[in-house]
Amino acid sequence: MSGADMPHASESPATSLAAASPGRAERPAPIGQTTAYAAEWERTEAARAAGQPAWLRAARRQAFDRFLDLGFPGTRLEEWRFTNVAPIAESRFPLAEPAHLTAADIEPWTFADVAIRLVFVNGYYAPALSTPAASLPHGVSLGPLGPALHHLATAGDTSLARVAPVDGHAFTALNTAFLADGASLTIAPHVAIEQPIQVLFVSSPDQRATMSHPRLLVEAGADSQARIVEVYAGTPGTMYFTNAVTEVSLGEHAVVEHCRIQLESDAAFHVGVVQVEAARSSAFRAQTFALSGALLRNDITVRMAGEGVDCVLNGLYLAMAQQLVDNHTTIDHAMPHGTSLEIFKGVLGGRSRGVFNGKIIVRQDAQQTDAKQTNRALLLTDQAMIDTKPQLEIFANDVKCTHGAAIGQLDDDAIFYLRSRGLGAQEARAVLIHAFAGDLVDGVRIPGVQTRLRDILSERLTRELSRLGETAGGRA
Amino acid sequence: MLLSINDLRVKAEGKDILQGLSLNVNAGEVHAIMGPNGSGKSTLARALSGHPGYEVTEGTVTFKGQDLLAMDPEVRAREGVFMAFQYPVEIAGVNNAYFLKAALNAVRRHRGQPELDAMEFLTLVKSTMKRLEMDAAFLNRPVNEGFSGGEKKRNEIFQMAVLEPALAVLDETDSGLDIDALRVVADGVNAMRSPERATIVVTHYQRLLTYIVPDFVHVLADGRIVRSAGKELAEELEAKGYGWIEGEAARA
Repeated sequence: MSGADMPHASESPATSLAAASPGRAERPAPIGQTTAYAAEWERTEAARAAGQPAWLRAARRQAFDRFLDLGFPGTRLEEWRFTNVAPIAESRFPLAEPAHLTAADIEPWTFADVAIRLVFVNGYYAPALSTPAASLPHGVSLGPLGPALHHLATAGDTSLARVAPVDGHAFTALNTAFLADGASLTIAPHVAIEQPIQVLFVSSPDQRATMSHPRLLVEAGADSQARIVEVYAGTPGTMYFTNAVTEVSLGEHAVVEHCRIQLESDAAFHVGVVQVEAARSSAFRAQTFALSGALLRNDITVRMAGEGVDCVLNGLYLAMAQQLVDNHTTIDHAMPHGTSLEIFKGVLGGRSRGVFNGKIIVRQDAQQTDAKQTNRALLLTDQAMIDTKPQLEIFANDVKCTHGAAIGQLDDDAIFYLRSRGLGAQEARAVLIHAFAGDLVDGVRIPGVQTRLRDILSERLTRELSRLGETAGGRA
Repeated sequence: MLLSINDLRVKAEGKDILQGLSLNVNAGEVHAIMGPNGSGKSTLARALSGHPGYEVTEGTVTFKGQDLLAMDPEVRAREGVFMAFQYPVEIAGVNNAYFLKAALNAVRRHRGQPELDAMEFLTLVKSTMKRLEMDAAFLNRPVNEGFSGGEKKRNEIFQMAVLEPALAVLDETDSGLDIDALRVVADGVNAMRSPERATIVVTHYQRLLTYIVPDFVHVLADGRIVRSAGKELAEELEAKGYGWIEGEAARA
């Protein structure tokens, strides 16, 4: 399917959102681009000035200036062709204020077998909900970023914004411009953390549609190991804007598994940047689950900066109703003997839109690269749309690089076969969709997380399929 | 009467295939439907199972006193109609055990029987698998994916044995089977024979009928039953081919 015949501005998620969340958070009146953000930034900066180190304030100002230079990306930019961020750019989102949540409130987004946990509510560290110190090995530092930054004398003392610099990406610049807190995990060389670690960012806006700028900074020293589960969630029905940045650096021989789950409110906007830099012989294995939100945009970049890096970058995305999910991935093979395996699958229902853009760069020095990319999308309705583009830029000559894309509907013969054995039409469809998506869920090696993902998938599919069963829009 | 088909007319891909077919099947009976290619044998099987590609334009089908044609495919299955597919569908990512347990429990719920848990299900299927000479590893393989033609057909019979239908319709189950596989499949079908159940065997050749001995043989030509008789008719067809029957039908 080519993108040329796609309408977009006329179907921006914002038009549907006002209707989707009656009573809560009135949609702000449209205003010009960055003006509202400038006013909010000035206000926030003035309020924060006291007690903050000068270098941090300078870094934020620099980031904000950079954001103003870049502006919000328009759909004329190739990278943003299918994702119109006007609903974000033209809204006035005040910076979210702290909110009080209980353990029961966040229970849906925690896992029984993930005991180590940092929780942020509206971008603020929530110590009462967090369990950072439960039996961490010596040499591991896990905690909120804010207090750590306050103790530093200069910007040179932190690696913040090193892997995710502010100069290239407007949303990263905006995140940094508002930066006050975040999660930080630093692992000393040769330390392996056996237990998985969760970082949970919850949005619980007040009456207004607010924004937060979560940040996760992971520094895995040489030969260290960690498993990280990063979850974004929000109070159902509320409207807010989450602008997240995750930066991960892997030292030589480090192994990091990163599971990233987006379970935002159906009315929420989420722009997420994940930047990874992997040193020689390290392994980065990532699974990203974009499960709910009105507009989800992920920019995931893995730079394989040393020889022999092993990268797995898998993703599953669901889009129902009028949602938009856009995954832009970049795997940058800069050095020889790297392997990358990338599988992205999407399930699209309603009038939703999916975008997948998978860039693989194999630089001149990256001989003996082995890169494989697959992306598949399942369209449940005639109105759902997907734009998918592999983008291979190969400058080395001795490489193996394959890609494949497939878009399809559920197989009618398979549906009939299942029904002929007694499964209801809806159950038959659900079985086939689970079969399509199941291998990515199975890839999550933490049982509690895997089970929860399976339940969420079931629940969302059941809702969509019963809706399809009631309307003529679905495939009978 | 278990099944009563009256003046059934069915269209597929815009063409009239069945053109006024009538057939009565009592519980306990085995009926063979034979006929040349294109006579409408498979269309009959698929129309009975509720395949969406087959449009019934006229006629009635009554199953256990109810209007079969008004039922969705899954309701027919739960009521006890089972079609063994001529071309069983491969379903990647769904394992046999999961699929069959879901099917069995759907049928059991419909019949007011308690659902089986994983252990009860395994106990039930293990003995059936042994009888059908199937490898235990088979349960964890995806439905029909990577199966040989013979394995797929055996899987159909296995499903039938587990679901215990009142009416089994075998659509060319013998095609592509070697003698050993044919014998296993036939044993599976024969094991199901009982005064409460009936079987319709759709086949082109007589060979399967030496293993599954029918009570009645019907010959289809141009979408109608043109001749019905006992099992000896199958042997006659094998010796003489279909030409003479078609000739008779044309003269009639």
